[in-house]
Amino acid sequence: MALTNLLPDFLIAPLDYLANMARKHSLWPMPFATACCGIELMATASSRYDVARFGSEAMRFSPRQCDVMIVAGRVAMKMVPVMQRIWLQMPEPKWCISMGACASSGGVFDTYAVVQGIDRFIPVDVYVPGCPPRPEQLIRSIIDLQEKIQRTGTIDGREFASRTAYEGPTALARELGAEEAIVAPGDYNTATRMRPLPVVN
Amino acid sequence: MPYLDTLSAKFAGAFTTSAFRDNARVLVSAERAPTVIFPLLKCLKDECGFDFLVELGGIDYLGYEGAADRFCVVYGLTNLATGERVWVKAFANDPDPELPSVVELWRGAEWMEREVYDMYGVRFAGHPDLRRILMPSEYTAHPLRKDYPLRGHGERHNFPTVTRAES
Repeated sequence: MALTNLLPDFLIAPLDYLANMARKHSLWPMPFATACCGIELMATASSRYDVARFGSEAMRFSPRQCDVMIVAGRVAMKMVPVMQRIWLQMPEPKWCISMGACASSGGVFDTYAVVQGIDRFIPVDVYVPGCPPRPEQLIRSIIDLQEKIQRTGTIDGREFASRTAYEGPTALARELGAEEAIVAPGDYNTATRMRPLPVVN
Repeated sequence: MPYLDTLSAKFAGAFTTSAFRDNARVLVSAERAPTVIFPLLKCLKDECGFDFLVELGGIDYLGYEGAADRFCVVYGLTNLATGERVWVKAFANDPDPELPSVVELWRGAEWMEREVYDMYGVRFAGHPDLRRILMPSEYTAHPLRKDYPLRGHGERHNFPTVTRAES
């Protein structure tokens, strides 16, 4: 029996719906892999986990050909301008997945050279926890992103135009001043993210 | 150790020695280092057979018990014929820590001296291209100094933010 017999003869839907359906099933990732999360990203793309099942197998190393940037690993301060430039080079519509603890929050690397979460500098759509996350988690994030695209996407990208404000962690963090003492790692009462101090924009 | 006799004959009183297990050191204080360290290393290379610069690194002795000088540059030398090793420590002090460059003796010292300059701010006189090597060129601090806070002075977050609408 031919498959066409199972499908309706015609379909009435908003163009947004059709565009979202097309986009979400061919998310081409830009693998911005800077650390060990990149290894899990490679495992996700390879045959055992096979992200091709979700339409994201076409990893492109040129941002001009990509839809979703997967930032996998810690981002050093020297890398931030590079990351922003790659993000700006990607054509619309585009999304960003922050993969792993380091990309999402700096992870254990709370030092002068490592930024404490890429969401301070570029917009992030999906965060993946883990150190590093398992391939299943990354696949889950791609499914979540597909759902987000299906629910909020528009054919002309209207939903992006309204996101003019900074979306980073303003309510969470306050940087230690230069004159403040270094807090020993493991002192969770006074570590950077946990201090009950005034929030600075 | 025959190289010590050679050094004593040429640089008597300019250096002291110490040892830890099989780790032999030649120490040159901050007063003598700017003039003595280059001829001393040249003597070790040309006359004593220490022809290979294994390592060149920096130390900040700020707050270290019993330390007389603040900065130290460590030269690890190996005699490739005998396998003998010696560690030469040259000290330097604030406000302008400076030592002569050894790029003339070992070309491999070039990047290592740039790294010591980047991390500790010790300048190397005569270096052909003394720029930062690890940190961005606009960085102003020397992050491995002991008085530099672990989380920095906010440089890591001193970048513009890209919002979704403008990207």
